[in-house]
Amino acid sequence: MYVAVKGGEKAIDAAHAWLAEERRGDTSVAELSVAQIRQQLTLAVNRVMAEGSLYDPDLAALAIKQARGDLIEAIFLIRAYRTTLPRLGVSTPVETAQMAVCRRISATFKDLPGGQILGPTFDYTHRLLDFKLAAEGEVPAAPTAPAGQDAVPHVTTMLNRDGLIQTEAEGNATPPDLTREPMELPTSRPLRLQAITRGDEGFILSMAYSTQRGYGRTHAFVGELRIGTVAVEMDIPELGFSVEIGEVELTECETVNQFKGSKTEPPQFTRGYGLVFGQTERKAIAMSLVDRALRWKELGEDNTGAPAQDEEFVLMHADNIQATGFLEHIKLPHYVDFQAELELVRKLRREALAQAEAAE
Amino acid sequence: MNALCFDTAARKAWMGLLARSSPARLGELLTDLPEHTVLRGPEVGAVMVRGRVGGTGQPFNLGEMTVTRCSVRLSDGAVGHAHVQGRDKAHARRAAVLDALLQTPAAAGYEAQVLTPLRQEETAARALRAAKAAATKVEFFTLVRGEDK
Repeated sequence: MYVAVKGGEKAIDAAHAWLAEERRGDTSVAELSVAQIRQQLTLAVNRVMAEGSLYDPDLAALAIKQARGDLIEAIFLIRAYRTTLPRLGVSTPVETAQMAVCRRISATFKDLPGGQILGPTFDYTHRLLDFKLAAEGEVPAAPTAPAGQDAVPHVTTMLNRDGLIQTEAEGNATPPDLTREPMELPTSRPLRLQAITRGDEGFILSMAYSTQRGYGRTHAFVGELRIGTVAVEMDIPELGFSVEIGEVELTECETVNQFKGSKTEPPQFTRGYGLVFGQTERKAIAMSLVDRALRWKELGEDNTGAPAQDEEFVLMHADNIQATGFLEHIKLPHYVDFQAELELVRKLRREALAQAEAAE
Repeated sequence: MNALCFDTAARKAWMGLLARSSPARLGELLTDLPEHTVLRGPEVGAVMVRGRVGGTGQPFNLGEMTVTRCSVRLSDGAVGHAHVQGRDKAHARRAAVLDALLQTPAAAGYEAQVLTPLRQEETAARALRAAKAAATKVEFFTLVRGEDK
């Protein structure tokens, strides 16, 4: 039951003023600029863009500053801002095969066209705290080497030549958009991918991890992981042709999974797919594992009752803004609901006591 | 209206270059805008970016990006359009004016003044990034194993 209650305006104003002061922190320490967040906390910015589902590094950096580094709060701010923007159009699907890669690795083939490019990775660091970073200092320029002009083909294209891997159904159907129509179950793979790519990284990671530990086991190899920029192109009706409207950094992961074959399909490898805004490697790998686990029905596999195979469970709990909204609303005034509960418990106690007395 | 002195491929290329350019750099390269009428915007909005399942399959909605659009008409009648990444209205307006200017006989001047430096800087930045990536390319070598001796 909801009843309008007034009061608390002064307390709220004072709370917000204190929040602003706490956000600023000790004024003898220099204030953090949005540009610094964008440049130096890039991976936090990337996560906010991916889960906020809006690619705009400046806005994501501002949201992180406003949210005092609480990334889910920052994602909330971006989602709220997004709803104020008119939709100017939709892009043509980005060509990840044409990506200008800064990182591209395969765990399935050592030697492959285009090579293994490590890029700016945390891998092979020793995960020891670097106290040099506590002091300011110049960073030496990264080494360079002559770059070939060779294309960097998708690994799955190579497997495909021998027919050893399932091909994706081609098409140009307009995909469903969960920001426009409520999600209805059962879903399609395009809708699932949209929900997962904007889903909470921690949740998607745990779901993926559960499949590796045996709950809906799919035994994935990272066929390919690539990070880089792609052009975004859109048809402009008044021009009658498409133009590039910008470029975005993406992380793409394709997993290759064992598949024994089914009544209609020969034994071959199957695929899981992850594509996420920004340099978001953990999320993209996790996404591809969860995508693959959710494909059990289409591939004629057994449903073992694992959480990661249950699309309702995965998709309805992946969004951290929905989850936060419902979770945190219980801290808001429920005075009347609780009064009703209190009345009920008192009545039940009276009845129970009266029965006990009567029995004696 | 002046006769069209450009082809669609060239126009696509300069519109993309202007959309990708940094607003600050574009402002430096073209400080003063000629007289023009704004036909639409500048308006900030979002474009839904799509990917494909498995990189090659059915399209799906990946997420939106901010885009600012603007359309202008110059005093000689040339009409320019712009859709640029981000929320910078001055950027969109400047890109739209340039799109119009590049359709006029004065195009060669603006090509040299604006497009050439933008293109060179973008090419250099991309080459540097590719060179840094190339330096992290793994060169495998096989160690001589005991059984090979």
